[in-house]
Amino acid sequence: MVIRLAGDSQDGIQTVGSFLARFAGRSDQDVMTYMTIPSTISGGPSIFQVRMGTGDILTAGDHADYLVAFYQHSYDSHIHSLKPGGVLLYDSDHVTPDPNDKRFTAIGVPITSCTVEAVGGAGKEKGKNIFVLGLLARIFELDVEKLTAIVKERFGSRSEDIVRNALLAFDAGYAYSAEDLRDSLRRFDSAGQAPSSRPQVTMDGNTAITYGLIAAGVRRGAGYPITPWSTVMELLRTELPKYGGIFVQAEDELAAIAYALGFAHAGHLSVTGSSGPGLSLKAEALGWAVMAEMPLIVVNVQRGGPSTGLPTNVEQSDLMQAIYGSHGDAPRVVLAPKNVEECFHVALEAGRIAREFSTPVIILTDQALATRIEAFDEPDLPAIIVDPKDLSAGRGQGDFKPYPLDRMTRHAPAGVRVATGRYPTVTGLEHDELGHPTANPALHAKMTAKRREKIKAVAAALPPTPVFGEPDGEVLLVGWGSTWGPIREAVTLLNAGGIRTGQIHLRHLNPLPQGLEEIFGRYRAILVVEMNDEGLYGLGQLATVLRARYALPSIRSITKTDGLTFKISEIVSAVKSRIPSGAKTA
Amino acid sequence: MSATSAAIASTPTASPVPLSKKALTGDHPTWCPGCGDFAVLAAYYRVLEKLQYPQEKIVTLAGIGCSSRFPYFVNTHGVHYIHGRSLPFAAGVSLSDDELHVFAFGGDGDGFSIGGNHLVHTARQNVRLTYVIMDNFVYGLTKKQTSPTSPVGFKTKTDPTGSVDQPVNPMRTLVNSGATFVARSHATQVSHMIEMIERAARHDGFSVVEILSECVEFYPGAFDAGNPRKGGQFRLIEEKKGDGSPEDALRHDPSDELSAYRLASQPWPGLFGVFYEAKRPTKNQLEVGLISKAREKTKGASDLALLQSSLARMR
Repeated sequence: MVIRLAGDSQDGIQTVGSFLARFAGRSDQDVMTYMTIPSTISGGPSIFQVRMGTGDILTAGDHADYLVAFYQHSYDSHIHSLKPGGVLLYDSDHVTPDPNDKRFTAIGVPITSCTVEAVGGAGKEKGKNIFVLGLLARIFELDVEKLTAIVKERFGSRSEDIVRNALLAFDAGYAYSAEDLRDSLRRFDSAGQAPSSRPQVTMDGNTAITYGLIAAGVRRGAGYPITPWSTVMELLRTELPKYGGIFVQAEDELAAIAYALGFAHAGHLSVTGSSGPGLSLKAEALGWAVMAEMPLIVVNVQRGGPSTGLPTNVEQSDLMQAIYGSHGDAPRVVLAPKNVEECFHVALEAGRIAREFSTPVIILTDQALATRIEAFDEPDLPAIIVDPKDLSAGRGQGDFKPYPLDRMTRHAPAGVRVATGRYPTVTGLEHDELGHPTANPALHAKMTAKRREKIKAVAAALPPTPVFGEPDGEVLLVGWGSTWGPIREAVTLLNAGGIRTGQIHLRHLNPLPQGLEEIFGRYRAILVVEMNDEGLYGLGQLATVLRARYALPSIRSITKTDGLTFKISEIVSAVKSRIPSGAKTA
Repeated sequence: MSATSAAIASTPTASPVPLSKKALTGDHPTWCPGCGDFAVLAAYYRVLEKLQYPQEKIVTLAGIGCSSRFPYFVNTHGVHYIHGRSLPFAAGVSLSDDELHVFAFGGDGDGFSIGGNHLVHTARQNVRLTYVIMDNFVYGLTKKQTSPTSPVGFKTKTDPTGSVDQPVNPMRTLVNSGATFVARSHATQVSHMIEMIERAARHDGFSVVEILSECVEFYPGAFDAGNPRKGGQFRLIEEKKGDGSPEDALRHDPSDELSAYRLASQPWPGLFGVFYEAKRPTKNQLEVGLISKAREKTKGASDLALLQSSLARMR
């Protein structure tokens, strides 16, 4: 069941959407959300879409079963997203639907005036969103106690007045006479669902990354505000002190990564992050981190377009920057989570790799994942939490050298006594094993190889890549990052339609996991699905990397650049257009 | 929070042998013969000998430039970072561990040009560390271009007919930015330099010493006006002694910001000594304060318990 709420951003649509998502998570329902926010300070059209149901939910849904329209422009812009036979719930104070459009069940409720009446006082239409929540609770017979508990949790830290007004609005919505309506609607049925063995937690991708970083042992970090990365740094700034940590809001992006590297130099696993433009600014320092072989986690919550681009839209166009964005040969590790749950676990993996291989690790997430709310199994914290205190134990002993050619670099952090009495200078100049600057040609070749080989060694430790769908056949869809859900649903549809299709989704983008060649060999067409441009040669960014790596002409691209997430139907039709019409079952 | 395992591991084995220049000497400096920076290096050794910090607790950092080669020449934990960004890196080191003594070195290009923003903000944040700027009024490593402190009319490869832009006034900039210890010295006046760097090191906050350090290759004689042996005048700032004498009333009160501005506006070659010194909470203390407050609220719960309760709230 897909509900789309369409209004203006200041109406608190996101709040209601997130209440519904949390409610679904607590009811052992799977849930996924999707939202757009205007890139303005206040106001502007906004939507929040929630998909709830049983079984794995992989996308926020292409089309809505229910559309709640707060304004005429909400109706005009979103009526097309409502499925034929769907239900339009509109604020009759503001919206006049097309009376000739018989495709939908249209129900008008004076949402604004009812809210004003319920809450009282001037300008109290502020509770409209909560009124609608009450209305939805009635229509779908949602558990009122659970919902009001969520409302109280959210507003409880503010004043009692706010909680009271919210509950008044909720009750008014719930009490609104919607009897006739209910009969014609499907029920939101939470019965009969097998409860999962672990409790479900509900959060967005940026929250998942943040808590994943804390679980990974990150206790220091620095950042600079930029959408959509900011909520990670806001949460780290408030959370880390509870763990004895520090997160600094730096004067700019360059200072932020410098701070983070300073923390790393003193023995902390530290993080910095940003979105596209900020990563461009951090690029020089990132190259230093590669050269100096410093452990560091860098989060890039990708947004759309080059330059300032589309700050509040989604794109996967920073992959080349993540892998290659430095002057000189500067290999580093790049990881991408496929959903909110993986945001948490990728943060842990990034921490492990950064420490073990003494390297910067970039986590590429995106705007869709950052703001999307999902429910998933609560992580088994006692089993996975990393003790931050272990990080510099046993360093600087024996014949310590900062840059040994025959071993992994294990820096002696500032403060650690070095047994040889010769203290290291960590440096961005090419250096010998002791860190002294040198332009010796043979040494530059050897050190370049050292930095390359350790990144290759990351691949050797990766598990085999699982294939979903058909293990061989006509088409293999290859994706990375937040496109996982729509690709998976497309695979199911394509197979049901007789086109033998498989899917792999790459979490490790640099280095690539081993064994892909063998998988690629089992399909006639390898189609790489990604949200970026096809470029000068008809290949998206990951497709370009895979072509270069495997030199297979069967690797081609499905790309898009409208700043929106993939619809399942877009992928299905793009696949069909790229394979010969006769090719169906092998 | 300050007691990292690093600190714990090193304390019991701390060397009983006094820290000497011999132990502190790193690589042989690559500077040109006669460069003012040699004297700054010698002064730094001397200050460290006097202060006797444990060797492993000293961190020497720099950005890019001739003077920024400094860390290689000192046998302490060292960082040779990128152009202009040594301060936020040093701030990160400083905020990591209360026991560390953090010294950043650099030139006028590093500090006032490409790194100008960081200078202002590190000063504003009052991070506990010492920054020594070896100011030679010229880009030396890249062979004579105009620097942010080059005087108007100075001929360089980028200004063959003479520099046209007004130079930075380092003392005024630093006082205005909120640095809590601001001093100026001259590389030919070794004992004064030692005194200034030592006071800066002992200062609890962001301390800066600008040292006029001659580039013999590209700007010879730049600072003769401040060197008595070359016919110049090395005029010291007389600081208030608080003895109530009539002459003391005329002396400079380093905590007086307006007086510091007046001194910083004197004509070339200006004055030497401490322009400004104030007590203000350091970022180090303020962040520790945030931690204590947060820990009080959570009643010292373990990391695991904290994280578990955060996730439980999202059930």
